[in-house]
Amino acid sequence: MTIRNKIEMRNVFKSFGTKHVLQGINLDIPVGSSMVIIGGSGTGKSVMLKCVLGLIQADKGSIKVDGQEMIGSSTRAREEMMKKFGMLFQGGALFDSLPVWYNVAFGLIHGKDMGKKDARILAIEKLESVGMGEAIADLYPAELSGGMQKRVALARAIATNPEIIFFDEPTTGLDPIMADVINELIGKCVKNLGATALTITHDMASAKKIADHIAMIHEGKIVWTGPVEDLEKSGNPYVDQFIHGRADGPITDPQSNLLKSA
Amino acid sequence: MVLAIEPMKKYPWRLNNLHVKHGVMNAAVELLREKIPFVQSMCQAIGHSIINVVQALGSITMFVLQTLRHCLTPPIFIKHVLRQFIDIGYYSLPVVGMTALFTGMVLALQSYTGFSRFNAESAIASVVALSITRELSPVLAGLMVAGRVGAAIAAEIGTMRVTEQIDALSTLSVNPTKYLVVPRVIAGTIMLPILVLIGDIIGVYGGYIVSTHVLGFSSGSYLYQTWQVLENMDIISGLVKAAAFGFLVTLMGCYHGYNSGRGAQGVGRATTNAVVTASILILIFNYLLTQVFFS
Repeated sequence: MTIRNKIEMRNVFKSFGTKHVLQGINLDIPVGSSMVIIGGSGTGKSVMLKCVLGLIQADKGSIKVDGQEMIGSSTRAREEMMKKFGMLFQGGALFDSLPVWYNVAFGLIHGKDMGKKDARILAIEKLESVGMGEAIADLYPAELSGGMQKRVALARAIATNPEIIFFDEPTTGLDPIMADVINELIGKCVKNLGATALTITHDMASAKKIADHIAMIHEGKIVWTGPVEDLEKSGNPYVDQFIHGRADGPITDPQSNLLKSA
Repeated sequence: MVLAIEPMKKYPWRLNNLHVKHGVMNAAVELLREKIPFVQSMCQAIGHSIINVVQALGSITMFVLQTLRHCLTPPIFIKHVLRQFIDIGYYSLPVVGMTALFTGMVLALQSYTGFSRFNAESAIASVVALSITRELSPVLAGLMVAGRVGAAIAAEIGTMRVTEQIDALSTLSVNPTKYLVVPRVIAGTIMLPILVLIGDIIGVYGGYIVSTHVLGFSSGSYLYQTWQVLENMDIISGLVKAAAFGFLVTLMGCYHGYNSGRGAQGVGRATTNAVVTASILILIFNYLLTQVFFS
């Protein structure tokens, strides 16, 4: 059987000066699946995501979205490609000079040339789908709590009905209940849209809830990938250490650190 | 001394025992040995800063080209341009007006103390009019706007960079340069000449007030002299300078904000750099433009 891959990454490298962040990423994300990338802080998760989005230019390798090469493509082609993407940023990244409804409608108004009246109606619909209503539509992002900001950001990410949605640590900085609410919403939104989702997180509860597939990244490489059911019996020492949150193991092993510095 | 041995071990071919045999040479070689790490690190520092300067010049040039390209290709966010007209132009009016007024006043007062020694008090009107329109109004307005507007732009765009709002713009299919940079640069380039024109009028008026009320000149002859001495070129050169300064101030604000480092510290540094580079560039370009216009 052939499953078409929405995103294909082959040997993606990225360095900042002498810091080699990505050292040959290989990853396939099938159409309509929800892939979660786990890994510690500073292992290159965010950089990988931004390489796919084109916010950071990868040094070498190949990133194909719908079979179309992203690395080295023209600015215009990338801007066209952006219309397929939605992104939920870690800190929300809401535009604080604009009211909530305009934040949600931003992609509709500027990306899809929709009129403001229609966009506002659609934005309020999207706000309702993440459990908020017209009452907050005219507030400014600074007037909302962290959890509410995340939900508005989620509404903005799904407003243009994107084919691919990226979630950058969606539950970081939220209380456990709000985190679960966000996880539920992400699951629901992705299913409703039939979109392909790529999430990066180090919150295992969140990962297990959202994921169909899980990939583990360590020192700029994918060290394990598989369906979420296999996570507990992966047999991979890196994954075992990470999901059980142990201080001892190959990730923190001085032996592997020695290898890295050599 | 321990440090001085290091390069010997590293580069044994540079100094060998033959050199060290002689007494006088010994001291010289000893000195040289001690200096090697110092010379090395000095060369390193010089090379490093040259590379940094070239890199910065390159990235500023790219930024300018990109900005100009987006200025000339639709769509332009007209509403944002209009809003920046208000922010950059209208709200700078009090600052620029006060600066011009008091500069004109003090100019009249100071030139009176100087010129009265040579019985040349009648030249005060021309001195005030020429210095205000040619130099002081554009340069001082430029510096004031650099402090007021350049800093605000760098802080705003820098904060947007730090909180990923600029990345968010890209993911929502809006080019950040077009959305953030272009409206500010257009507004700065158009509004500063208007501010300077108003500053010209207020500045000359400041000189007029002091001359007539404090120094006892007749108002008719003061105005007549001002009118006589001013030529179109005096005003126009000032306005062209102002347009260049407006471009520089907004561009530096945007550039440093756009490339802001991480966190509050990064934004703070971006703001400082925006004001400092804009101010210095204003003074440099003032000289260059003056040479073009009046030589």
